[in-house]
Amino acid sequence: MTVDAELTPKVADVGSRAAPRKGRRLRAFLRNPTFIAGVAILGFFVLLALFADMLFPGDPMDMVAQPLLWPGDDAQYPLGTDSLGRDVLAQLVHGTRASLLVGFFAAAIGLAIGMAVGAAAGFFGGWTDTLLMRLVELFQTTPTFLLVIVILVIVDPSLPTIAMAIGVSSWPTVARLVRAQFRSLREADFVMAARSLGYSRLRIIVQEILPNALPPVIVAASVMIANAILTEAGLSFLNMRDPNVLSWGGMIGDGRDQLRNAWFLTALPGAAIAMAVLSLNLVGDGLNEILNPRSDQS
Amino acid sequence: MSLLSVEKLTVAFPGQVAVRETSFAIAPGETLALVGESGCGKSVTAFSVMRLLPPNARVASGRILLEGTDLLALSPAGMREVRGKQISLIQQEPMTSLNPVLSIGLQIAEVLRRHEKVSRKQARARAIELLDLVSIPDAHRRIDDYPHNLSGGMRQRVMIAMAVACHPKLLIADEPTTALDVTTQAQVLDLLDDLRHRLGMAVLLITHDLGVVAQWADRISVMYAGRIVEQAGIKPFFAEPLHPYSRGLLGARVDVEADEHYSRNRLSEIPGSVGSALGEAGCSFAPRCPIAVPGCRIAPPPLVAHGERAVACPRVGA
Repeated sequence: MTVDAELTPKVADVGSRAAPRKGRRLRAFLRNPTFIAGVAILGFFVLLALFADMLFPGDPMDMVAQPLLWPGDDAQYPLGTDSLGRDVLAQLVHGTRASLLVGFFAAAIGLAIGMAVGAAAGFFGGWTDTLLMRLVELFQTTPTFLLVIVILVIVDPSLPTIAMAIGVSSWPTVARLVRAQFRSLREADFVMAARSLGYSRLRIIVQEILPNALPPVIVAASVMIANAILTEAGLSFLNMRDPNVLSWGGMIGDGRDQLRNAWFLTALPGAAIAMAVLSLNLVGDGLNEILNPRSDQS
Repeated sequence: MSLLSVEKLTVAFPGQVAVRETSFAIAPGETLALVGESGCGKSVTAFSVMRLLPPNARVASGRILLEGTDLLALSPAGMREVRGKQISLIQQEPMTSLNPVLSIGLQIAEVLRRHEKVSRKQARARAIELLDLVSIPDAHRRIDDYPHNLSGGMRQRVMIAMAVACHPKLLIADEPTTALDVTTQAQVLDLLDDLRHRLGMAVLLITHDLGVVAQWADRISVMYAGRIVEQAGIKPFFAEPLHPYSRGLLGARVDVEADEHYSRNRLSEIPGSVGSALGEAGCSFAPRCPIAVPGCRIAPPPLVAHGERAVACPRVGA
C-alpha cells in the first residue's frame, strides 16, 4: 500500500503538452474552406450586430430623408430609404441584432430541451423512452411554423417569447438525434468501464456519453440557428413581431406594399437573410466534415 | 476468512440459465483463474459480482459476500461505493474501454476524485504516479494524451491504472489480454501479477487460455455450462486434472516438443459441443464424456472435495 510514497518524487513538471494538439485541431478547422467561408460571413454579421450603434448612431427607425430613395440616389443613404424615409442600410445593420439573437437563443432553448429529452430517452430506454418519444412524435406531427404561430397568439410576441416559441417547437429533431447517439453509446465498453468504477448514472450521462454524442448535435445546432432566423423572418412578415424591434423579416413585411415600384426594400433584407442562413449552413457542413471521425487525418 | 465468497449463485436470462449454483471463494491476495469455453458463464459470473449484468439477466438465487457483506443486498448507491473502490474490473477490449474524448490523465484522476477526497491537483499528481506504476514511459508527458494516441497494450495499462487507482481489494480481469498480441499479453499479465503483490489485491482472472493460467494463477476453477466442475491449485491441476472435461481441455493442447502437428496426426479434441448439454437432466458434460455411465444422466453431480481440491464427477477418485 505504499505506492504513493514510492512514487511521489517522480511527480515532475506537468503540462506543456496540450498546446500542440490544440494547434492541430485548429489547423483542421483552417484547412476546411467551407467552414472558413461560413465563419467569415457569419463573423461579418456578428460584427455588424455588435457595432451597429457605432456604425449607425441614433434610432434607425427615425425618418431621415424623403421616402423611397433608390439605392445610389443619395450618397448619404447608399441603400436608399423606405416608404417612411428611413435609412435602409441602418435598418439592415440594426436588424442583424434581432435576427441573430433570436436565432441563437431559439437554438439554445431547442438544444437544451432536445438534449435533455433525448439523453433521458436514449439512456434509460424502456418506459421513459416510450413516453418521451410519443411526446416527440406529438410535436413532430404539428407543423413547426404553425406551432410557433399558435404559441405567439397566446403570448405577446417580443424577442424573448419569439425565441422561446421557436425553441419549443424545434427541439424534437435534436431529441431524436441525441437519443440515437445515446442508444448506441450506452452499450459502449467505456460506459461499462465507467459503471464499473462506481460512477452514478447522471455522471455517466453528462460526462461520459454526452461529449461523445455532441458532434452531430453541433452540426444540427448551426442549421437550427439558420432555421430560427428564417422562422423569425416569416413571423415578422406576418406581423407577429415586436413592433419596437427592427428585424430583417419586419423590413420585408414593411416593404411588400412597394414590391412593384421599390423591390429593393424586400430584396435587400431578403439577401441578408439568405446570406446569414447560407453562412450558418456552410459552418454546419464544415463542422460536419471536421468533427466526423472518419474524415479525421490527425 | 476469504475475501470474496460466492455461494450457490444462479443467474438466469429469459429462457435460459447462464450460471447454476456456482460457489467459489477467493482469499486475500490470491489469483483465482476462472476457466472455460465461450458461453460457459465465466463473464456472467464476474459481472454478477460487480452487479453489472445486462438488464434482462437476473440473479435467481445465491449470495455474493465481500468480507461478509452481501453485495446482492446492497442499495444501488452502496454498490457504487464498492465498484472501483473495493472491486475493480478490467475489460477485454482496451481499444474501446477508454472514453475517446477525455484525456487519459483526466480519466484516471476522475476515479480518484470519485472515491477519495483529493483536489484536482493531487488527483493529477496521483494519476502520473499511477501511469508510472503501470510502466507507461514519460508518464508526466503522456498524461495529456488521448486514448487514440496509445496502442492497445498501453490502453490496457491505462485501464489497469484506473482499476487499481483506489487500491481495490479485488480486481476482476475479464480476459484482459485476449485483444492483445502475445508479447504484449505477457507484459500486461506480468504487470498485473506485480501489482497484485505490491498492492495486496486478489485477482479473479477470467480466461480461456490455459497457458496464462499455468503461469499467473494460484488456483483454478474450471466452468462448464454454468457450473464449476473442478477446483484445484495450479500445480496439482496441471499435474493431474481429475474431471474428464479438464482432462479433455489439457489433452487438447498441442505439444510441439512431442512433434504433434495437424499435418501428421489428428489433434485430440473433446467430441461434441457445449450445446449438447441443452435439456440434459444430469451432468451437463455427460453427452461428451468418455467415462460417463448411465447414472451420470440422472442428476447433476455435486462438487465434492478431494483433499485440497474439488471435483463434480462421481467417477473420480471413488
